[in-house]
Amino acid sequence: MKFQTGILSVALMASTAIGASAETLRWARAGDSLTLDPHAQNEGPTHTLAHQIYEPLIIRDMTGAPQAALATSWGPSADDPSVWVFELREGVTYHDGADFTAEDVVFSINRAKSENSNMKELLASIIDVRAVDDYTVEMETDGPNPILPANLTNLFMMDKGWAEANDAVDVQDVEGGEQTFAATNANGTGAYELVSREPDVRTVLTQNEDYWGMDQFPMEVTEIIYTPIQNAATRVAALLSGEVDFIQDVPVQDLGRVADTEGLVVKTAPQNRVIFFGMNMGDDDLANDDVEGANPLADARVREAMNMAINREAIQQVVMRGQSQPAGMIAPPFVNGWTEEMDSVETDTDAAKALMADAGYEDGFSIQLDCPNDRYINDEAICQAAVGMLAQIGVTVNLDAKPKAQHFPLITNAETDFYMLGWGVPTYDSEYIFNFLVHTRGDERGSWNNTGYSNPELDEMIVSLASETDLDARNEAIASIWEVVQEETLYLPIHHQVLNWGMTDAVGIEVSPEDDPKFKFFEMN
Amino acid sequence: MSDTPAPAPQSRLRRAWDSDFTWSFRHAPVAIVSSFVVLVLILAALLAPLITPHDPFNPATLNLMNGFTPPGQANAFTGDTFILGTDDQGRDVFSTILYGMRISLFVGFAAVLLAMVIGVTLGLLAGYLGGWVESIIMRVADVQLTFPAILVAMLIFGIAKGITPPEYRDQMAIWVLILAIGLSDWVQFARVVRGATLVEKSKEYVQAARLIGRSPFSIMLRHILPNVLNPVLVIATISLALAIIAEATLSFLGVGAPPTKPSLGTLIRIGQEFMFSGEWWILFFPALALLALALSINLLGDWLRDALNPRLR
Repeated sequence: MKFQTGILSVALMASTAIGASAETLRWARAGDSLTLDPHAQNEGPTHTLAHQIYEPLIIRDMTGAPQAALATSWGPSADDPSVWVFELREGVTYHDGADFTAEDVVFSINRAKSENSNMKELLASIIDVRAVDDYTVEMETDGPNPILPANLTNLFMMDKGWAEANDAVDVQDVEGGEQTFAATNANGTGAYELVSREPDVRTVLTQNEDYWGMDQFPMEVTEIIYTPIQNAATRVAALLSGEVDFIQDVPVQDLGRVADTEGLVVKTAPQNRVIFFGMNMGDDDLANDDVEGANPLADARVREAMNMAINREAIQQVVMRGQSQPAGMIAPPFVNGWTEEMDSVETDTDAAKALMADAGYEDGFSIQLDCPNDRYINDEAICQAAVGMLAQIGVTVNLDAKPKAQHFPLITNAETDFYMLGWGVPTYDSEYIFNFLVHTRGDERGSWNNTGYSNPELDEMIVSLASETDLDARNEAIASIWEVVQEETLYLPIHHQVLNWGMTDAVGIEVSPEDDPKFKFFEMN
Repeated sequence: MSDTPAPAPQSRLRRAWDSDFTWSFRHAPVAIVSSFVVLVLILAALLAPLITPHDPFNPATLNLMNGFTPPGQANAFTGDTFILGTDDQGRDVFSTILYGMRISLFVGFAAVLLAMVIGVTLGLLAGYLGGWVESIIMRVADVQLTFPAILVAMLIFGIAKGITPPEYRDQMAIWVLILAIGLSDWVQFARVVRGATLVEKSKEYVQAARLIGRSPFSIMLRHILPNVLNPVLVIATISLALAIIAEATLSFLGVGAPPTKPSLGTLIRIGQEFMFSGEWWILFFPALALLALALSINLLGDWLRDALNPRLR
């Protein structure tokens, strides 16, 4: 079987080399998917690769609008407002030939709610999921949850039989370094199937000839060769020299160069993502600082001072060359709950110094900042710039920048005291941010909240958002939660990213606000 | 007894001036130029705090708004001018090169010293004692020679990084570099010293020392070592250039000096990000400094090898 697909891919490559149509799309971005297990990591590039192979019930198209995927229609049950009913698409098969049925949906949702899953927060309101018949599924929530469908757009459906046969019923424990069959193999219903994969080196996908959507989507890309290229200059060089056709993250300094090159285009759009620093304020003493017996970050004045010390305009002007929007809150403008007023911070080094002195740290302190170097646009350069800005209020920052595969476990394992993180909001609603980043870290919520912040009153408000059906009351609750988050300076927001995709002019696609190319939508000229 | 009129100190100076060694130096323009360049670069690096406008290793002195200022032009926001421009963080490239060169030179010298101490000691032991001591030392050296030095250095660097606690990593990076380069470079010294020791061992003065009962260690140290130092000096000079390049390579690959305390290699790594976008000075000047430093030391080593080689006289 493997041998055959190997021959197939060789034949495909040969045909594209000779043929006139560019059906093979060579795709590069800074980092690789962290795992093929679709429920193990709630992370952008991981989902992006999974979206080619697996499918959710509802998908967002390249403009961000929801669209029917494995579900054909959905709506609240007529009898019970706490139940959502999904009608499933019939005649869909997995890459190995097995049929897609309601049983797989029940299995996948339960799997995504199980231990080790990184998708739990999205499903926290679901108390039961059941198959009514082969192509109807009901999801019961703890009270009416009007935004449940928006939480399912990155929730991929796996074949129950395949998972059981391959010992992949349990979600891979990425933080614990576990390797499973589902982490390196994939069997979805999606438009592309996996041919070969070498993590961090090369992944090859080929079109699924039996795809249900063959006639509904352009499906003009027949083969995808995905090569992560961490170094920005090398990535651009690969595009300029024609080694790759499509790169997802053109470094801001090279936008002009790529756009001016004949045959290449750059497409730009604001991204639904905010970049910020998180601080461990929960521990009594920090492991990575020089203050003994106390946690400087536990003092709200210190956090506020650090917030005021960061000159976001300078980062925008110099590091990002204008390709960002300075942020004052950890929600992008796309998100329900965002306000312009909260989304700005005044830089004031003198006031920051006064606050530090007030908190008893006039001589400052030193702390380690953990930063990724292959995840966000100019991530390491932003961290470096912050080192200089924080130095001006006496905070000596030791920067440790490393690839995201080593960086993210520090956050989910609570091994970092000061870290960079970016957050995209696929549901376009503040609840998603609160569930992951503000709620006390627990079994169902708060898995990415490494701040140690715990406010039971706030937690209660966050949980009740899921079942609040009165939209005005819900928005009011969201606003008052934001007020607390801002007042406590829970995070240090930096900016909202602007996306830059570079491609040959043969590729016809617009930038999606979530930075998630889905190649079945691509047109090739 | 003699009636030579010249007083002693002057004659010593005169003798040094007239010696073969100096004569050969005076008649080698390449040696004169390269030693001048090396001297200027070393002095500039040593005196960096006195001649640079700011300390690029102190993040509090940086102004991000100065970033990407072209050489000799005023920054559009701040109006500041920098002779060689600034990098992406607003660091003055001139200051950063001098401070970076301090790291490069320090790592280079210390690594060569380490390699020399290890290599000369083991080479002397192997050559003088012979037998199983020699077999073990030289086989280990052979095995290490089959790996490229940079791989050995990366391996050592990786292990050291794994066992250092994260909060000390920045400070440790320099010492780990020295250890990594030093340990990957001792073999050459050991092989040359062993060869020379084998030759010296059979000479009369060594046998005489043995006869009067000097201990083997005192013979190795007092009698053989001074006589095998010439080739060691040559190798050390050439190794210095190689060690500086090895440090730059490691830092370029991102496993050496951290970006907040960049060496020349780290600067080149940062600079190559901006190669396509026209900010050439961030890459060009550090690369030029590295080239000048490594080339001059290499040329000096070449000349030294010729000058100290009795067969070429």
